[in-house]
Amino acid sequence: MDASDVIRTIDRILVEDFELDAEQVVPEASLREDLDLDSLDAVDLVVALEKAFGIRIDAKVVEKMQTVGDIHAYVRGVFESGEFPAAAPEPAREAGK
Amino acid sequence: MQRVVITGMGLVSCLGRDLDEVTGSLREARPGLVRSEERERLGFISPLTGALRDFDPARWLSRKERRSMGEPALYAGAAAVQALEHAGLARDALRGPDYGVIFGNDSACGAGYENAARTLRDGTTRNLGSKAVVECMNSSPSMNLSVLLGSQGACWTMSAGCASGAHSIGQAWALVATGQQQAVLCGGAQELHWAGMAGFDALGAFADPSLDPAEAVRPFSRDRTGLVPSGGAAALIVESLDHARRRGARVLAEVLAYAFSSDGSHVTAPSGEGAARCIREAVRRAGVGLDEIEYVNAHAAGTRIGDAAEGRAILEAFGGRSPPVSSTKALSGHECWMAGASEVAYTILMCRAGFLAANRNFTGPEEGLEALDVIATRRDTRARLVLSDSFGFGGTNSALVLRVPEDA
Repeated sequence: MDASDVIRTIDRILVEDFELDAEQVVPEASLREDLDLDSLDAVDLVVALEKAFGIRIDAKVVEKMQTVGDIHAYVRGVFESGEFPAAAPEPAREAGK
Repeated sequence: MQRVVITGMGLVSCLGRDLDEVTGSLREARPGLVRSEERERLGFISPLTGALRDFDPARWLSRKERRSMGEPALYAGAAAVQALEHAGLARDALRGPDYGVIFGNDSACGAGYENAARTLRDGTTRNLGSKAVVECMNSSPSMNLSVLLGSQGACWTMSAGCASGAHSIGQAWALVATGQQQAVLCGGAQELHWAGMAGFDALGAFADPSLDPAEAVRPFSRDRTGLVPSGGAAALIVESLDHARRRGARVLAEVLAYAFSSDGSHVTAPSGEGAARCIREAVRRAGVGLDEIEYVNAHAAGTRIGDAAEGRAILEAFGGRSPPVSSTKALSGHECWMAGASEVAYTILMCRAGFLAANRNFTGPEEGLEALDVIATRRDTRARLVLSDSFGFGGTNSALVLRVPEDA
């Protein structure tokens, strides 16, 4: 996954999961003031990013992010470092649904 | 004491997608019940259930408003927004400490099941997301509605089994009548997720699964076999008459009295004595004569024991005579936690439209209840003074007496 794929995926998550207009989702957009995302959204963003990229994200880092660009940079940084935090575990077993 | 009125209603009901459609279903005795393939697959003894058509909460609620809502809260939120519109109130009109929310709900089993299953499947809680804690809580509807409205007064859930919705109206009435709140959004919500109904099914309380869903619920009828569970939400705006007048609101009905009682005898089997005491007390508190009540919207869900106890209670409360009685559960199924609120809404819709719905599928009374005036076919009449009763597990009883104005 190259840098542009990472950015495209993050922007798609913000548009689809958080029902934002694509025009709003620009690197300089403030998560709180411009996109009206709050601490509960941060929890859901972590879940969505972990699922999309198969990486483990520190929720405390996401809470401190200010802009869409901060998310881009963080996820790109994780990939570029080559030191992926442990991926989210695969399904352990089927619950009896 | 303040006079208390209902000025707005919103429904998420298997009987229709808006108040007009619900009124039409009541008028034509058109049930909203189906046979659920999912419940058949899951091994339900009776897979019959109420079903909502085209329910899309995004029609009324933004992502952020929906974000922390599980199934009952989504129904409640959609009903609440419609109730505000019906009452002529802006979305932020109940902002402030004079306004509150008291909503009936007694389970969030679907959310509990889904989150537990996901945790087991994934081997972690990391994937549950932000809504997991709130959506599993019984008070999810009231806490979400309070945030939705910006109300800053009462904010709690009424959990009293199948009388939850009725008691929520009663408690809203009490807070408004005593001047502690100027208006309260009240009502009831009921999940349709199978997990919320599996235990009830296991009791053998549901209707004969071989029956056509439309013929399955037979309240008060000698050949009744059980109830059909249903769900959705009913929301009502209850406010003081002064408050309604100040804002020029249309009064749909006045809540003349609310009475409650409990049986104190059995967890699931009603005594009937508590219900009779409750009905009698409600009429006494309303300050009207027993013979003035023109209609009773009965709780009767179609169960052998429950309907018989209620029939006896009505006859006892009314001194051996019977006002016209019908149970709209023949059409809606048993909307459980929401039933006491939805049935007040159904009753008001019928009174305003000039008819009393048929107690569909009534083929004749059981022995000892011949004196009960069950409305077998629709009566086109303008009832004005009506009573709605609701009963719940644990023997909790509620009765509300309403007056629907002549000009309504």
